[in-house]
Amino acid sequence: MRKIITIVAILTLIAVPVFARKGNKITIAGSTTVLPIAQACAETYMDMHPDVNISVRGGGSSVGIASIIAGTVDIGDASRHIKSKELTQARENGVNPYENIVANDGIAIIVNSENSISQLTLIQAKDIFTGKIQNWKDVGGSNMPIVVISRDVSSGTFEVFNSRVLQNAKVTDGSLMLASNNAVATTVGQTPGGIGYIGLGYLVDEVKPLIIDGIMPTKETIQSKEYPIARTLHMYTNGNPKGLVKEFIDFVLSSEGQRIVEEQGFINVD
Amino acid sequence: MNKFKENAFKSVTYIASLFTILFLFGIIASIFLEGLPLFNFVKIKDFIFNTAWHPTHDPPDFGILSLIIGSLYVTLGALIIALPLGLGSAIYISEIASPRGREILKPIIELLAGIPSVVYGLFGMTFLSPMMIKVFGIPTGLNVFSASIILGIMVVPIISSLSEDALSTVPKNLREASFALGANKWETIIKVVVPASKSGILSSVMLGFGRAVGETMVILMVAGGAAQIPSNIFQPVRPMPATIAAEMGETVIGSPHFHALFGIAIVLFLITFLSILITEFFINRKKSQ
Repeated sequence: MRKIITIVAILTLIAVPVFARKGNKITIAGSTTVLPIAQACAETYMDMHPDVNISVRGGGSSVGIASIIAGTVDIGDASRHIKSKELTQARENGVNPYENIVANDGIAIIVNSENSISQLTLIQAKDIFTGKIQNWKDVGGSNMPIVVISRDVSSGTFEVFNSRVLQNAKVTDGSLMLASNNAVATTVGQTPGGIGYIGLGYLVDEVKPLIIDGIMPTKETIQSKEYPIARTLHMYTNGNPKGLVKEFIDFVLSSEGQRIVEEQGFINVD
Repeated sequence: MNKFKENAFKSVTYIASLFTILFLFGIIASIFLEGLPLFNFVKIKDFIFNTAWHPTHDPPDFGILSLIIGSLYVTLGALIIALPLGLGSAIYISEIASPRGREILKPIIELLAGIPSVVYGLFGMTFLSPMMIKVFGIPTGLNVFSASIILGIMVVPIISSLSEDALSTVPKNLREASFALGANKWETIIKVVVPASKSGILSSVMLGFGRAVGETMVILMVAGGAAQIPSNIFQPVRPMPATIAAEMGETVIGSPHFHALFGIAIVLFLITFLSILITEFFINRKKSQ
């Protein structure tokens, strides 16, 4: 009798994952910027639907789009739009990439809250970060050396900043390179001459977001695309999402999913 | 039966030591396997001697000289701070303190070694760095000096406890001979005891070097992370372990950047390997004396 129970128990243990996987599995890969959103949404979704199994991997935007083209994943995350070359490739493979915008990502340029500067132009910001302007007095502030504080060049935040502000110029070699949004916020808050940039969700009292080209970074100006240092985050699917994938994307876009988006430091889609 | 037990015990310990060696060679093999493909893209000479580190730029630069120099600066700075503190406390504990004072002091210094490095890092970032800005009037507190101080404090227990071991193994008759010749306690310590334990002290410094050069969390948080050769100790640097830790999570597996991070790991491994070899050399020399 005990033997039979053991055998049944073992068979159930083997059978459950095998059957649960069948048809109830979503695979996601791609952008490390979208990764925290995908991961947190997947966890909540799996809590709500214990029979669904979602596996989320990083790899970068290019990997996300390449995986959708190759058909190896259900959802490919990307923090940029698909390139025309990739689109042709996809069409040749019989794949029709469909872009689902799941979040807005806005980057605020911040200074110490005691700094008298409250606005810069995009050009001035570029000159500061590339080391051309090295003192606050050159942009109308007090005579104080500028301490440039950047994110590590592999981070998604740097990627946006690079494409919108630096336009692929190099950050000055003397700039501090910190590993997280929080580290940048803390350091700018402690450094009177500091300037840095962080996702809008990471603002703290010790720092002041700058008005860029006359526009204050807020949820509204980022959603309306007036503010220049912003982008949308995407989950690509093959064609209009269907079935389980559609249910998951709908969840990400629901008020619950968008609350998770905000929790991760991004801005919801309106 | 006893013989069987003995053999079993022998083979268990033999297998354990075999596994240690296996793990070591596995790790060495994997860093070389992942690191060497880099040199299909970059010449070894350019990798080691170029100062520009722009791994994600288009086109990328993979020069790590500024990272190597950053590592050496903070490590040497740490040793300059840790040697007098560590050796001083070792001399006090071993030669001067009463047995009771020794019982209290020794565990306190060893407690320093038990603090997790992330706690040191937090301390440096939130307390030491703002203090540096105020005290020295410098633009940023995340720099070589701050990182050296924190690393130095972390290395003190290594230098202190190993040096103390070395000092206490100096034979009593050497001290007595010194006193008999009319030397006082101070002269005995400086001219007899310390020179007699020179190799032990040197090996403690080399072990401290190995600890400091590989330390990651503290320098990631406190050294500032600027890939430049600093012109003074109040400038930020980007030591090698911090570079690997900050960039590995975000890089595409199999890309030149990925291999370059393993390339840094090879350089770091060779440096620590060398420091261990030197330590062994000092210890062996002491034995043969």
